[in-house]
Amino acid sequence: MSDPQPIIQIRNVSKRFGKVTAVDNVNLDIMAGEFFVLLGPSGCGKTTLLRMIAGFELPTEGQIIIDGVDVSDVPPNKRPVNMVFQSYAVFPHMSVADNVAYGLKIRGVGRGEREDRVREALELVKLGGFEDRMPDQMSGGQRQRVALARSLVMRPKVLLLDEPLSALDAKLRAQMQFELSDLQDQVGITFVTVTHDQDEALSMASRIAVINKGEVAQLAGPSDLYEFPANRFVADFVGSVNIFEGKLTLDEPDKAAVECPGIGKVYLNHGVTGPHGADVWIALRPEKIYLHVPGEGKAVRAAAQDAPDGHNFARGVIKGMSYLGDITLYEIKLDSGEMIRVSRPNLSRHDQEDFTWDDRVSMHWRADSPVVLLS
Amino acid sequence: MSLFKRTPVAPLEYTRKTWMRGWVGATMFFLYAPLLILMIFSFNDSKRNVVWKGFTLKYYEKAMNNDSLVEAMVNSLTIAGLATVFSLVLGALAAVMLWRFRFPFKGAVEGTMSLPIIVPEICLGVAFLIFFAKIEWPTDLPWPLNLSAITIAHITFCFPFVAMVVRSRLESFNKEEEEAAKDLGASEWQTFRDILLPHMKPGLIAGALLSFTLSLDDFVITFFTSGPDTITFPVKVYSMVRFSVTPEVNAASTILIILTIVLTAVALKLQGVKAIAESH
Repeated sequence: MSDPQPIIQIRNVSKRFGKVTAVDNVNLDIMAGEFFVLLGPSGCGKTTLLRMIAGFELPTEGQIIIDGVDVSDVPPNKRPVNMVFQSYAVFPHMSVADNVAYGLKIRGVGRGEREDRVREALELVKLGGFEDRMPDQMSGGQRQRVALARSLVMRPKVLLLDEPLSALDAKLRAQMQFELSDLQDQVGITFVTVTHDQDEALSMASRIAVINKGEVAQLAGPSDLYEFPANRFVADFVGSVNIFEGKLTLDEPDKAAVECPGIGKVYLNHGVTGPHGADVWIALRPEKIYLHVPGEGKAVRAAAQDAPDGHNFARGVIKGMSYLGDITLYEIKLDSGEMIRVSRPNLSRHDQEDFTWDDRVSMHWRADSPVVLLS
Repeated sequence: MSLFKRTPVAPLEYTRKTWMRGWVGATMFFLYAPLLILMIFSFNDSKRNVVWKGFTLKYYEKAMNNDSLVEAMVNSLTIAGLATVFSLVLGALAAVMLWRFRFPFKGAVEGTMSLPIIVPEICLGVAFLIFFAKIEWPTDLPWPLNLSAITIAHITFCFPFVAMVVRSRLESFNKEEEEAAKDLGASEWQTFRDILLPHMKPGLIAGALLSFTLSLDDFVITFFTSGPDTITFPVKVYSMVRFSVTPEVNAASTILIILTIVLTAVALKLQGVKAIAESH
């Protein structure tokens, strides 16, 4: 569905505010029709990057090319992009219809066409019939739809969204995630979204750029980002993870082993192409660890048979538990003294009764679960 | 009913506390009783303002026929009108400048701008007297140009009030609205006209009200800047009262009070409707 032509090219873009470097030599190609997400912690420069695409900040260095045109010096009112602001920025003194019509009016679109397009845009965001409402008579979610319609009605080449869901409550947020994806499918416009919420990014994006300290830490699709993080920052920021330091002791094309003081010997069923004996980190997601009662020793060893004996296996004591409804999260103190987090789906109503505080447990994981991180 | 009255007074139910009612009553009394007495005695059929002798409208008639009093009233309203318009423009621009831009000595500019608010009026008055004499500001111009000195003085002490009110209104402005307008294609001027100005409106109305009433009832500064041909209403009343307080003065004052109340009510009504639409 997506055209291979990049609609936005960000070339060596840096932005400095005085001595602070907000964006540091970023290169990104955003493809036409993509749902692109800039993900990062607050203050990482993702919003500055978005504002540079919109034209509210000018890059200190580098170029921004939209649809083949270098817009680095073009003011925001002359760029073929529109933005949905974090506060929605709905004009409070204008009715919903006037808000949506504002850009068309400025552009000089005639009254008849304007009214048609406003109605169409409002129907697109499911606000048909709200034309005469004032913004103060609407909920936060509805105001956001007004802001969306106001931007979409301009038929921009790219729609920029700054933390679009951060002000909504949890239920509404989940619903809007789906709606935004649907909307993007319907209108076919490239969406570029900024968020600090990894769930939001994973559920909506076609590709995600994780930004850390003004630099792109990793650029990948949602599942690649989660399952194959490129470094400790990405592994830790996207989802929950256990990270252990270790040394690479075996590295062959079809297998590798890392010796970790924290969780013992970790075996992988693929090579990692790192220098032998190098310091590396093992990332292990909590949901990829199986919990067992120690007595089930044989079963465990049978389950872990994709690794040589003594690998991918650990023991510990449960120190903390949080029951989250769908899963239960366990904090386990390993025999090495380090802590590990393990999550377990509550497949039956009584699952959470299997393990409790101070129980001794054993754990194992499959040889394809751990990720070796070199930085 | 008696049962109802026995409901204990809740801690925050101040309106049901005796001392609070007494306090409010006393405040109302000292605020409004003098005004009411002034108004009532404007209808008194007596030359002296002491004893009620009966109802009459003749002092209104007399006030209306007192050419110099009417002239003073017209002068006052003209000055107030002009001062309001100029203060509004100057004050609004100053407010936007202080809110929008960063520039060297901004604090100093802000401070000196509000000087006219804090400098004692009597000093300002003397200063204007000396200033206009020194630069030999012409005093023999035809009406309404002969009011220019007073008007300039009034603008000087009125516009900082407008700037203050508008500035505080601007603090609540969401700058993303401005960016949203530009994002939708609006130029700097279109953004100002369509987005910022509507937001400033309640502040502008409040500032205009302040300017108008400040100018209309200013005595001290006007006294020092007015010439024999440029008597304003407060100055005229002062000179009339020096002989005796006649019901004619009461009548003229009553007209002025009603005029200001009506103007204020209209302005507040305008502002009220807007404020409701804008509170979100």
